[in-house]
Amino acid sequence: MKPPPFAYHDPSTLEEAISLLSTLPNARPLAGGQSMMPMLNMRFAQPDHLVDLNRIAGLDGVTVEPDGALTIGAMARQRVLEQHPEVARRCPLMVEALAQVGHRQTRNRGTIGGSLCHLDPAAELPLVAAAMEAVVRVAGPNGQRDIAFADFAQGYMTPEMEPEELLVAVRIPAQPAGAGHCFLEYARRHGDFAIASVAVMLVPDAVGRIAEARVALGGVGAVPLRLPEAEAALRGAPDVSRAVAATKTLEPMEDALVPAWYRRHLAGVLLGRALVIAQSRMGRA
Amino acid sequence: MTGGTAFRDVPRLEDPPLLRGRARFVDDIRAAGGLHAAFLRSPFAHAAIRAIDASAARALPGVRLVLTAADLNPHLTETRLKVALPSPAFRQTLDRPVLASGEVVHVGEAVAIIVADDRYIAEDALSLIEVDYDPLDAVADCVAALADGAPTAHQGAPHNLVGDFTLGFGDPDAAFASAAVVVRETLSQHRGVAHSMECRGLVAIPDPIEDRLTVWSSTQTPHVARRMLCDILGLREDQVRVVTPDVGGGFGPKLVFYPEEAAVAAAARLLGRPVKWIEDRREHFIAATQERDQVWDVELAMDAEGRILGVRGEMIHDHGAWTARGLNVAYGAVSAMPLAYIVPAYRIRSRSAVTNKVPVTPIRGAGQPQGVFAMERLLDRAAQRLGLDRAEIRRRNLVPADRMPYATPLKTRGGMQVVLDSGDFPQCMAEALQRADWDGFRDRQEAARVQGRYLGIGVANYVEGTGRGPFEHVSVRLEPSGRIFVATGAAPMGQSTRTMLAQLVAEQLGGDMANVEVSAGDTATSPLGLGGFNSRQAVMAGTSAHVASIKVRDRVLQVAATLLEASEADLEIAGRAVRVTGTGMQVTLAEIARAAAGLPGFALPGGRAGIAAAEEVVIDPMTYANGSCVAEVEVDAGTGNIAITRLSFMHDCGRALHPRIVEGQVLGGIAHGIGNALFEWMGFDDQAQPVTTNLAEYLLMSATEMPHAISIGHLESPTPLNPLGIKGVGESGVIPVAAAIASAVEDALSPFDARMNRVPIAPHDVVAAMLGDAAR
Amino acid sequence: MSEDRSLARRVNCVVNGTAQAAEVSVRRTLADYLRQDLGLTGTHLGCEHGVCGACTVLVDGRAVRSCLMLAVQAEGCAVTTVEGIAPDVVTLHPLQTAFAKHHALQCGFCTPGMLTTLLEFLEEVPAPTAEEIRIVISGNLCRCTGYEPIVAATLEAAAVMRGGA
Ligand code: FES
Ligand code: FES
Repeated sequence: MKPPPFAYHDPSTLEEAISLLSTLPNARPLAGGQSMMPMLNMRFAQPDHLVDLNRIAGLDGVTVEPDGALTIGAMARQRVLEQHPEVARRCPLMVEALAQVGHRQTRNRGTIGGSLCHLDPAAELPLVAAAMEAVVRVAGPNGQRDIAFADFAQGYMTPEMEPEELLVAVRIPAQPAGAGHCFLEYARRHGDFAIASVAVMLVPDAVGRIAEARVALGGVGAVPLRLPEAEAALRGAPDVSRAVAATKTLEPMEDALVPAWYRRHLAGVLLGRALVIAQSRMGRA
Repeated sequence: MTGGTAFRDVPRLEDPPLLRGRARFVDDIRAAGGLHAAFLRSPFAHAAIRAIDASAARALPGVRLVLTAADLNPHLTETRLKVALPSPAFRQTLDRPVLASGEVVHVGEAVAIIVADDRYIAEDALSLIEVDYDPLDAVADCVAALADGAPTAHQGAPHNLVGDFTLGFGDPDAAFASAAVVVRETLSQHRGVAHSMECRGLVAIPDPIEDRLTVWSSTQTPHVARRMLCDILGLREDQVRVVTPDVGGGFGPKLVFYPEEAAVAAAARLLGRPVKWIEDRREHFIAATQERDQVWDVELAMDAEGRILGVRGEMIHDHGAWTARGLNVAYGAVSAMPLAYIVPAYRIRSRSAVTNKVPVTPIRGAGQPQGVFAMERLLDRAAQRLGLDRAEIRRRNLVPADRMPYATPLKTRGGMQVVLDSGDFPQCMAEALQRADWDGFRDRQEAARVQGRYLGIGVANYVEGTGRGPFEHVSVRLEPSGRIFVATGAAPMGQSTRTMLAQLVAEQLGGDMANVEVSAGDTATSPLGLGGFNSRQAVMAGTSAHVASIKVRDRVLQVAATLLEASEADLEIAGRAVRVTGTGMQVTLAEIARAAAGLPGFALPGGRAGIAAAEEVVIDPMTYANGSCVAEVEVDAGTGNIAITRLSFMHDCGRALHPRIVEGQVLGGIAHGIGNALFEWMGFDDQAQPVTTNLAEYLLMSATEMPHAISIGHLESPTPLNPLGIKGVGESGVIPVAAAIASAVEDALSPFDARMNRVPIAPHDVVAAMLGDAAR
Repeated sequence: MSEDRSLARRVNCVVNGTAQAAEVSVRRTLADYLRQDLGLTGTHLGCEHGVCGACTVLVDGRAVRSCLMLAVQAEGCAVTTVEGIAPDVVTLHPLQTAFAKHHALQCGFCTPGMLTTLLEFLEEVPAPTAEEIRIVISGNLCRCTGYEPIVAATLEAAAVMRGGA
């Protein structure tokens, strides 16, 4: 299990990286490498050119916008985010999720951008992005564009991006005041991709009623899903059982290891549990 | 006089180099001018090979050699691996080829070997070989394989039956006719992979000047490997040395001689250069042998008091595509089933079915977990029917201590009677139950149910045949340097074999383990050897080491007595010298060895030369270890997650040579057993394509899945079969765990009348059992 | 070797305190570079797809899987392998001593990855709980020990290290 032959490039600027990606045939970017390197070692990926993003300066910052949103550079390591005080303050959902992302050794290398672009349907960070209504910034030969994460997560492991484009940052609106959040997943072993996962955010109004509910589910569709019926059921006077029942319409993928019905069942169980926790964490606006 | 090193927790000799990263595993060996091999493997479970074109691969710069069967076979004196243990039960001969020709019969079967300057290039060349395959019907399931009209796993074979035997005694039909209660179940254990953390591998180093071959191999059986290499390459034993470096775990599959070993050795000789092949993890999934697929249809007859009257039934064993060892796993399973209990009548027919899957050979436990699973599940069922406590029904049937030695009517695969030599099975179970607070469990369970939590408890007993004979070679020699050199055919793979032997030798020879050098698993230092499997090395090699050391000690004292002009009775060996007790007079081991080495023209002390002894102590009967496992679980009614909240394990392997190592072996086995019970599932689809081929899909236990409350206890019933009173322990931990956990899960789910007849148990199995169709 | 820096290049890094420079193919993994080019075979390969943790080394103090890094990516980095843990040839690191004492290794194949992973961790969390230790080594597979002896050894080593021993 050794990587196939490729030519290696380690540009020091974003422009250079994009120009390499847009001029070289069959070129692939390399971020933290925690998904790409196994695919290379197994020769599932056979690029002619590998464009390593690790030497590009300034792609790994964490900044707080005037409106309180976080802008996180694509090359920010998962482990850095896990320990970052601003992330803890403004997006505790992400910190909760990161504890379940792989293992310490993979988080030391793995990046947020890599995870969002890899877009594994059961991965934690895309689910957080879906729940937080993140906006990703993509750069290409023709400049940069912002895409709502819901549009970015276009299909099974397929981000809405051209091969010569790179994800450069993700903007995560701050968790609203008083909001209660919860990230829960079920995996067979610690650090495995989840069989199903759920991210919940309950935003209260001034009197502590649920003004807005966000329910995102992972592992049960081709991409992280929002569950609008559940969200509707939770607004105002929350009807938890109706929200949970909304998972019954999910149509997860079947595979050799896990039957589809079980993923659907788990989604309901986890949602029920996550709502209890999120409600207990909710305050007032 | 003892050296104070045996039967206690001395520091392991193996640890310092392993901890410093200075050990030498097979992939750490670099031979000058060495080349690297990779294997082209079948992507089909069953296909005819129409043509192979390797010209593009041969043309790739850096590629030194590409061999298909057609290229290789003319250089071999034997093109098939004749490894089958003899048995009258064989119905077909299925010796596997070194490289496949004409037909491939499992995904992963080696079709060609590529040798290149490095492994990267060798892998580049793999994709350049074009094979024209014609896919054929594949046999994926061992039960379906035996159905009338099933396609055959090998083209032109008459059927898929490879082995058929019936093991039995007494009159089971009469027993069933008179039974008060009969229970019957269909039970199965799924196939898993051994997954030593180090995969297989070898380095073959030819010496063209002397026409010799040295093979460093990560094998459990170096002497067998040498014999096979001699047969296949047409070489004499003195031309081939097989030696094991540090081995990163074995667990069974490394006892088998593999096609890759033959092909790599042949390639090295053809090239006149060293060739290394290191199995990668993906290859381990599809080319290292696997185990545990069996389907049992069995019934148990009991009288009204819950005493066993008889057991009968059928078992179908998945043999895989070739005979890579024998019918031994099936045999081991069927003979393990009744062993812990008094079973007056028994009859199981076992049929081994050929499938288009990786060949099956022993993995830690070797069929015994399946046999125990079958017995224990039936006992639980009978207890339910009779309204008896599950521990009580076992108590009534366990072989009692006062019947030891207990001659069962069973015979080993070698035709010898199975005699349980020692042990107190009821006491062992009683102590396990006590550790588990079995009697307090119903209260715990009820209290939890009130809170909506589902707890369950289960128990299982096992008896394991250990110390497979007939012998293991050990020689002990005092060298003129004063160092003690020990050589053995035993092959270490992580069980501390060197430490074990050094303990026993130092015990007799001065107590300084640092003065003992152990060469293990090297055909150059041991003329004979069987190697590491079947929980045998402490028993067999340990006994030989013990007996040889005593002979060496006697000789040391004889020579020392001459040198010191003292009586042997007044001498003691202490450290690296022999001294006259209570005086300052002493002579060093080096001086003793030099005196015994002789001087031209001078008489030898004691009239003999040298100080050495070699032993192959023959012990034919196996010694039977036993144990009891109690598992307590909590089942999550929502997710179906099974958490093992408490695991209590009592076992008896006779005297413990090194209690900490014994405990380590048991604990490692327990972890493997939990894996078999809940996690490890080597999946294949209906075309026998493997569906779990990486360690993200195939779930090995990690630290977070281990139960936090594990309690292991030891009974010591010394066996009379060897002078040390020891029994094997390497496989014991794994054997009862799946049975105990299945029992516990079933107990937790008793409100749902769930039956756990199959392992591994996945969380979706639990949910399905609780919710039935409502879940879907 | 080729002049083309996209195919092979000279890598400079400091390994276990010693500056190393070697020409490597760009596709060579860091693990293979350490093992084959530098002869530091203490770092083991158990899966080469990032699951088993046997290949764990410290890169700039962080535990990473060396099968998932290219050697060229270590340019300018400080790498610590298992060979660099013990203070000298006679003394073992307290973690190593505790591993031996608690029989936290059998075949020892997983051990280098366990040690490097735990070193980073103990630096950060000097007084860990057993559960924290289980979580931190959950990315390191061991087929021999059943893990609990490793947890026990780590707890003891942490205490020794806190004591300044
Ligand atoms: S070899 Fe790198 S994680 Fe297994
Ligand atoms: S000690 Fe053998 S794999 Fe851990």
